[in-house]
Amino acid sequence: MPDTLTKFIFGRLTLESLPLHEPIVVATFVAVALGGIALLGAITYFKLWTYLWREWFTSVDHKKIGIMYMVLGLVMLLRGFSDAIMMRLQQAIAFNGSEGYLNSHHYDQIFTAHGVIMIFFVAMPFVTGLMNFVVPLQIGARDVSFPFLNSFSFWMTVGGAILVMASLFVGEFARTGWLAYPPLSGIGYSPDVGVDYYIWALQVAGVGTTLSGINLICTIIKMRAPGMTMMRMPVFTWTSLCTNVLIVASFPVLTAVLSLLALDRYVGTNFFTNDFGGNPMMYVNLIWIWGHPEVYILILPLFGVFSEVTSTFSGKRLFGYTSMVYATVVITILSYLVWLHHFFTMGSGASVNSFFGITTMIISIPTGAKIFNWLFTMYRGRIRFELPMMWTLAFMLTFVVGGMTGVLLAVPPADFVLHNSLFLIAHFHNVIIGGVLFGLFAGIAYWWPKAFGFKLDPFWGKVSFWCWVVGFWFAFMPLYILGLMGVTRRMRVFDDPSLQIWFVIAAFGAVLIACGIAAFLIQIFVSIRRREALADPTGDPWDGRTLEWSTSSPPPAYNFAFTPVIRDNDAWWEMKQASYIRPLAGFKPIHMPSNTGTGIILAAFSVALGFGLIWYIWWLAALSFVCLIATAIGHTFNYHRDFHIPAAEVSQTEKTRTTLLAAQG
Amino acid sequence: MKRFGALLLLSLAGLLSGCDMVVLAPAGDVAAQQRDLLVVSTLLMLIIIVPVMALTVFFAWRYRQSNASATYAPDWDHSTKLELVIWAAPLLIIICLGALTWLGTHLLDPYRRIDRIEPGQPVTQLHKPLRVEVVALDWKWLFIYPDYGIASVNELAAPVNQPIDFRITSSAVMNSFYIPALAGQIYAMPAMETKLHAVINRPGTYSGFSANYSGAGFSGMRFAFHGLSDQAFDQWVAQARTASAALNRDSYLELEKPSENEPVRHYASVDPNLYGAILNLCVERGKMCMNEMMSIDAKGGLGLAGVRNTLPLQYDKLARRGAVFGNDPSYVASICTAEEAAAVSRASRDAWPSYWPAKNLSPLRGAGLLRPGTDSRSAEADTPPLGLLRREL
Repeated sequence: MPDTLTKFIFGRLTLESLPLHEPIVVATFVAVALGGIALLGAITYFKLWTYLWREWFTSVDHKKIGIMYMVLGLVMLLRGFSDAIMMRLQQAIAFNGSEGYLNSHHYDQIFTAHGVIMIFFVAMPFVTGLMNFVVPLQIGARDVSFPFLNSFSFWMTVGGAILVMASLFVGEFARTGWLAYPPLSGIGYSPDVGVDYYIWALQVAGVGTTLSGINLICTIIKMRAPGMTMMRMPVFTWTSLCTNVLIVASFPVLTAVLSLLALDRYVGTNFFTNDFGGNPMMYVNLIWIWGHPEVYILILPLFGVFSEVTSTFSGKRLFGYTSMVYATVVITILSYLVWLHHFFTMGSGASVNSFFGITTMIISIPTGAKIFNWLFTMYRGRIRFELPMMWTLAFMLTFVVGGMTGVLLAVPPADFVLHNSLFLIAHFHNVIIGGVLFGLFAGIAYWWPKAFGFKLDPFWGKVSFWCWVVGFWFAFMPLYILGLMGVTRRMRVFDDPSLQIWFVIAAFGAVLIACGIAAFLIQIFVSIRRREALADPTGDPWDGRTLEWSTSSPPPAYNFAFTPVIRDNDAWWEMKQASYIRPLAGFKPIHMPSNTGTGIILAAFSVALGFGLIWYIWWLAALSFVCLIATAIGHTFNYHRDFHIPAAEVSQTEKTRTTLLAAQG
Repeated sequence: MKRFGALLLLSLAGLLSGCDMVVLAPAGDVAAQQRDLLVVSTLLMLIIIVPVMALTVFFAWRYRQSNASATYAPDWDHSTKLELVIWAAPLLIIICLGALTWLGTHLLDPYRRIDRIEPGQPVTQLHKPLRVEVVALDWKWLFIYPDYGIASVNELAAPVNQPIDFRITSSAVMNSFYIPALAGQIYAMPAMETKLHAVINRPGTYSGFSANYSGAGFSGMRFAFHGLSDQAFDQWVAQARTASAALNRDSYLELEKPSENEPVRHYASVDPNLYGAILNLCVERGKMCMNEMMSIDAKGGLGLAGVRNTLPLQYDKLARRGAVFGNDPSYVASICTAEEAAAVSRASRDAWPSYWPAKNLSPLRGAGLLRPGTDSRSAEADTPPLGLLRREL
């Protein structure tokens, strides 16, 4: 009887589920636990809990949520990168009969977790965070359309991340590769909890992503300041709009396909099984119908960042705004017509393969046009080589190589020899690191003063920059070569000793990148220490061109005391040219949304629900589901949703800024 | 600094010349054509990539802030001529590349029989293709030579300059069959068959492997591919025939169980129906084959009788537990004749009298009925043969 009871209480969670036999995991756990206790202790010691809860966790302010997204992305980057460096080390030593230091059970989890974490919990939060922070400021809005939904979306993303992190210490993660192709991910071949962690982490986070997409689309469509027609929107806002359209149109496909996989695993349906009429190819199609747009979801906002940065630091209007916008829209549409290029080698006919190959190549036309536009923005400019501009130049030189290898992989006969090889790995890291990550660093360096009121320390920024750029080339050029030597991805041991030198070089590159990450963290730390010296009292440290630079740094909770009127693409630049005078009187009370803890509570119940489903703890799943619904309904009875910032307070805030600006002269 | 750079370049060149870029220097004609396409595409793209990179560096340097002599035009943001060029230049390259792609993809379609052995040497009547049936198992490769009645595990041999026709499937999960020296890869997928046509031109031993992660033993899923002279190939076949083991359904089921880093093994004889059974997931006796199931379904299916036509699954490669809320794992039992189908439905009726009304089930089963919109003749023509999945070209 106690056995049944234990089973009822804990489902399939037993003491054996804890990976106590894996010394690496245990050591990590001890380190994380000690660090966590220290962090929690510090928060308690400095009595920060109330502050955190009131000012951050329950906040619906798009700026704070944006910053929290960035923090999440940064924390998960450290986890995802630890996985990367472990893989590099394993592949650098597993030669000449050596098994390396990771068994297949551990190694296969690591490469799966690396992919999942880097895409879903590093790149996505970074990109969403940037859009959240910047877009309302750029369009002259006081917040997003649905501030509570924004908080809820963020905490759901955190919930997904928590589930993935939990899999490190409780049970295991999927050993299927980051897209979990069935039949390998089916219950027959992956009966343990790994794939269930994968499914529920992504489902929980996916809810957040989809809702945040809807929110930002509404914000951009409905909340632009008067005078800002679609063709006067800043390019970053344009690319954000396209990205969110992609999110809303593609994430439901991911949700659906993972639901079908969950049904196969939980109730024995046969959507993707080998027999009973199931078809794994259907999964492969569906997941890539989401997966390919996902790549553009990641890169498009960064194209926007590069446009802003190039134009600002060249001191020049963006060249070819209209063609830039149309290029973005064309990429958005085309990104739905190319998914099959991820599996040319699964036996589609020649005509199908050529169709998808050629549509893929066509995407390179608008992308090429964008590169040229940045190039001609620099032409006849006055380029200041501040950190954001350095990242942009590194991007332009790196990304074209990645783009070229991408088009090469779109030629089906070439793909037949390079598919799944390390050449492919080099290619997509070339575009994701060289495009997305470089863009994020450019964006962070660019908007950091806006968010916190002081610039980032340039010295450590440059150290980080050079480590990243050089490290990237060292880490991934060998993989291109290995791909041409016919080496495939996800290998744990090798039998050809002549390959080893290349893996050692790649591992060296990974170490350089580790230094780059460390330098970035040091940069943040040093900048906070030197914030007085690096302070930006003007709110416009880079001589910016778009509206966000018209506010103070950091902007007040209400962003704009008066909604600005827009007369040009480069709204703030035009205002500066026209000798704009800040209004100093006549402030009115400002209508703002109230904070609420419902978002974080709903996400906590979702994590509990996911955990219950993963471990077959049915009472927990049922209970948390009921609580989830009850809380959601309960929230509809919350009538304290908004408040007014009194005119006196607005006036006081603006007066402080006036004094600051006056001190500048 | 300069000397250091030169040293670096020199050592890089040394490294590169030392490594064997099999994708760029293959030994088979198909892979060589794929390589050519790869190289031509790269060169075509470099036409635009190199100027872009050079211009980036040049503009960044020329228009740096400290260079006061450079023109500064802060409001210049449009030029129709330039716009035309920046859209047209990539477009032209892509038109060329697209044409190349269309031709190359059709020409190098792995399903298409090859029409030349080498440049200038077309395939003639004299070239009898070597047929090889490839099965990706957890985690080893099984190669069946239907023309010779032999089979091998983790070793593949073929005579040089002779077309090879591969038929490829998998027993459990997805893999990808790839011999870089011979030809591009193609996936091996359970219950599905893919094809690959290739030829090896130079004798030698090349490495082959799975290029799609398939589980714990994936890294060890490698095999040697021997390109042999005709004589050496005959010897290889003769040697395989001296092996003691025979590959039949029972020994296959033993072999199929997951294992890692399997040594090379030969089978002197092979059950000629084995590959078809593997492909149709019916090696275990009593299991209905996929092609039978599909032809029954094409005729309208078994109706409700089909729902009952399952038996509990005893063995399914790995420890299969079934879904937590699902039925117990089961499989569709084979039905060879209408009489047996009737017997199954009778048996079910006896077992569950309350749920199973006694009446004529033939309309439900759809036996002998025409599909809507077909006349009798085409209905007959539509009837798929039992070897549906094994249709020969």
